[in-house]
Amino acid sequence: MSEFKAKPEELAEKINYKTPHKSWMDPYIEIKHGSFNYSGIPKNVEYLKLPNPRKWQPTEDEWQLPENWKEIILTGLKERLDKFRSLKIFMDICVRCGACSDKCHFFIGSGDPKNMPVLRAELLRSVYRNDFTTAGKVFGKFAGGRELTIDVIKEWFYYFYQCTQCRRCSVFCPYGIDTAEVTILVRELLNLIGINIDWVITPVANSFRTGNHLGIQPHGFKDSIDFAVEELETIIGIKVDAPINKKGAEVLFVTPSADYFGDPHYFTLLGYLALFHEIGLDYTWTTFASEGGNFGSFVSHDLMKSLNTKIYSEAKRLGVKWILGGECGHMWRVLHQYMDTLNGPADFLEEPVSPITGTKYENAKSTKMVHICEFTADLIKNNKIQLDKSRNDKLKVTFHDSCNPSRAMGLIEEPRYVINNTCNHFYEMPENTIKEQTFCCGSGAGLGTDENLEMRLRGGLPRANAVKFVNEKNGVNFLGCICAIDKATLPPLMDYWVPGVQVGGIHELVGNALVIKGEKERTTDLRGEPYVEKAKEEIETSTKE
Amino acid sequence: MYDSGKIIIGIIIFIALFTFPTWYLFTSGEAAPMPDLVYPENEDQKECVYSAEYMRASHMDLLNEWRDIVVREGKRTFTTTAGKKFEMSMTNTCLGCHSNKAQFCDQCHNYLEVNPYCWDCHVDPSQLENQ
Amino acid sequence: MNLFFSFSALVILILLAVIGVEAVKLEFLFGVIIPYVAIAFFLIGIIYKVIYWARSPVPFRITTTAGQQKSLPWIKNSKLESPNTTLGVIGRMLLEVLLFRSLFRNTKAELKKGPKLVYGSSRYLWLAALAFHWAFLIIVLRHFRYFSEPIPAFVPFLQNLDGFLQIGLPILYITNVLIVVALTYLFFRRLFDPKLKYFSLASDYFPLLLLLGIALTGILMRYFTKVDIVSVKEMAVGLFSFQPVVPEGIGVMFYLHLFLVSVLLAYFPFSKLMHFAGVFLSPTRNLANNNRMKRHVNPWNAPVRIHTYEEYEDEFRDVMKASGLPLEKE
Repeated sequence: MSEFKAKPEELAEKINYKTPHKSWMDPYIEIKHGSFNYSGIPKNVEYLKLPNPRKWQPTEDEWQLPENWKEIILTGLKERLDKFRSLKIFMDICVRCGACSDKCHFFIGSGDPKNMPVLRAELLRSVYRNDFTTAGKVFGKFAGGRELTIDVIKEWFYYFYQCTQCRRCSVFCPYGIDTAEVTILVRELLNLIGINIDWVITPVANSFRTGNHLGIQPHGFKDSIDFAVEELETIIGIKVDAPINKKGAEVLFVTPSADYFGDPHYFTLLGYLALFHEIGLDYTWTTFASEGGNFGSFVSHDLMKSLNTKIYSEAKRLGVKWILGGECGHMWRVLHQYMDTLNGPADFLEEPVSPITGTKYENAKSTKMVHICEFTADLIKNNKIQLDKSRNDKLKVTFHDSCNPSRAMGLIEEPRYVINNTCNHFYEMPENTIKEQTFCCGSGAGLGTDENLEMRLRGGLPRANAVKFVNEKNGVNFLGCICAIDKATLPPLMDYWVPGVQVGGIHELVGNALVIKGEKERTTDLRGEPYVEKAKEEIETSTKE
Repeated sequence: MYDSGKIIIGIIIFIALFTFPTWYLFTSGEAAPMPDLVYPENEDQKECVYSAEYMRASHMDLLNEWRDIVVREGKRTFTTTAGKKFEMSMTNTCLGCHSNKAQFCDQCHNYLEVNPYCWDCHVDPSQLENQ
Repeated sequence: MNLFFSFSALVILILLAVIGVEAVKLEFLFGVIIPYVAIAFFLIGIIYKVIYWARSPVPFRITTTAGQQKSLPWIKNSKLESPNTTLGVIGRMLLEVLLFRSLFRNTKAELKKGPKLVYGSSRYLWLAALAFHWAFLIIVLRHFRYFSEPIPAFVPFLQNLDGFLQIGLPILYITNVLIVVALTYLFFRRLFDPKLKYFSLASDYFPLLLLLGIALTGILMRYFTKVDIVSVKEMAVGLFSFQPVVPEGIGVMFYLHLFLVSVLLAYFPFSKLMHFAGVFLSPTRNLANNNRMKRHVNPWNAPVRIHTYEEYEDEFRDVMKASGLPLEKE
């Protein structure tokens, strides 16, 4: 935050959609401060046995690439073309109709034409055409071909780390071309020659070793959970049970590590603990798979698999029946669309059945992992929990659909059902900014660093602007979301563009509203802040006195 | 996951559709019959209002023009470039020589699925005689 | 620059055909050899390309969902936007291929003072694209009156439908107007929208110009320069039945039309026009959102380096023991 001082209006006014005179084919980039991420530190690159660990920064002229970098990239590209039909199709069939051009939050917020999804993909496509197509080999530049040079590599680094893999463009593309897929594969290529960013590499190394991105060791994990249990006790007056690494539990619970270490994730964690206690769920936490998120997916398919493998193997070791997953975005992209393929079949687990309601989760019968919103929505529908909506009365809630749950899962109504049953004031943002058309927080896919703050604030503008709309119209003061990266990066975004809007998880709302058997009279919400009515009463009584 | 089966079916459908004209021509029986026009036999009917070449491509324009002139301007005489005069009438002039619609007009029209609306109003004189 | 290149290419092609037929009298080359070569390129090229795509597997099921998943029985599943069955996928693909569903969603983002972002619906692209593609299809089908004998029933049906306004003589076909208007719009939006102009390649202008060339030569022939269509059909049938003939006096406009069509056919497999086949293979659209119901198999699912629980416990045994966490090995 420190380096970035421009006021919101100033930043917005600087956004210029004028296209430059220079052709995009000239691979010139200026690595702008505030708009890139620092490189992966050599120790962690080495720990992960990734190529070319070294000290370097993107701002330097010399990136110290291996001598045969070009051969590595082109061979790597060939290999990926052979492994991914998606890549071949997406390279060959774009007609550059431009439908995607203003769908990207980074383009809207930066005006940089290379942030249009079409051009972002063209950065790779031009090289593909030049080296892998007949037309490109014969007509070269006239067929849109471009020679692979160091500058092209630098451009890839800059722009494929200005894509949060949110897939909004893919919804609007008439052929479903998915820039996230292109981004993942270009990042794989860049990693082959040792180009990566620390905010991704270090969490991956941490997760590989300790089981979570934050590098919290098992005893630290236990301390966090124990502390949360105590904290919850002060609010509800009950010491809940939170078993860790318990063999034979029915359900394994996996959630992003930020939930037990980050703010405001923490209040969602308290919500989970309260809910599981209230329904008497036989479950366990795990230290080994103490991370639902998967930053490996921001580097390569291999690392995604590496990290993801822990969830099934821990479920097997603990002998649980099925797995429940907490609120997270990219985590659920991996769980929903990749896990079963990468590390399945999970034939050692049972088809998930809610022990409370008896509902069979037909939609998860193969992967055997259920989303917490699906789980809670089912509890509410079956009247298994009692909710006092008025406890959230001071909150005017809107819901930010996280990219992956909405565009990779179609998890749209479940969280809304939960929200509508836990609070009285819920307002939707404009339709072009929610559900499958939702805008990214601007910081996903490993881009949520401080050094990248300007680009994050720019990329987050469309989201923030939609929040501002309901903030002004309906007085919205609480932005609900089901993603750990959202919870980490939306607060600074709100502070910048829409001050006064809090960010929190849906299970924070659940925890607030949940009426727990035997609880003491609650005076505060999970944040330890007084309920609004109480607060008013207190003020009234104090003025009378 | 390759889905080879579905892709092969797709390719076969594509080939079948694209080559439709060829296999249709080969399977629809006899080789395509060319139009076989019967021309008037009388010597004084050998000469048309325009050259055969022009008439082949543009007779519909001429008929359209004649209709407009006759109906809107009331003129009925057409002078050819050679100075010969004709009455601007499809029934009398055109069909006067080309008296057999089925063996003249219809030959090409059917061959190319042309459906002129001449016959919405005009009668085919040969049909009339038959009755 | 890109436009100039495309335009010059088209002009050269036109000159080639005109000089070739008018001056050098290469009717057989332009009327028989080039069309055959073009058809061969088209057929073999497309099959080759599709097989090239098909040789790579679809390792993951990466459906882009645009609606509610099927989860709990009481939540309404969006069967076409987030299909979980093959039937749903077919429906989604049909909507995409026949009606351009995704393009219909198109919006235009505008940043106003404030800052205030507004999103207006923007459907001209969808409309023009739909108009062009449907008009093109109908026109191609109408051409079957030249390609087949006897003429299949769909030809008069389409002719009547297309010409129902009964304007002019020969009757004006609605699709002829549509295709020219749509192509012109699609061409000019590339020139006048700065964003589009910035990223348009020569290979984006060229097909539009080529198609316009084809449409206009066809229209010129039908309504203005005239052509003896009996000879045209004789030639077309000859081509398709492998008994090529070159009737006399068809005129240069026809050869130009035929040559541009040949260029289109030959160019097709090497160009972005392959989207017509590729859209069927796009994994974000043609896969069901049934990921957690049915396992998707990746044929190359390679082993990766993993960190096992045993290694983990070995490293952290002491701290785990100290904090009372259960262990596999004491």
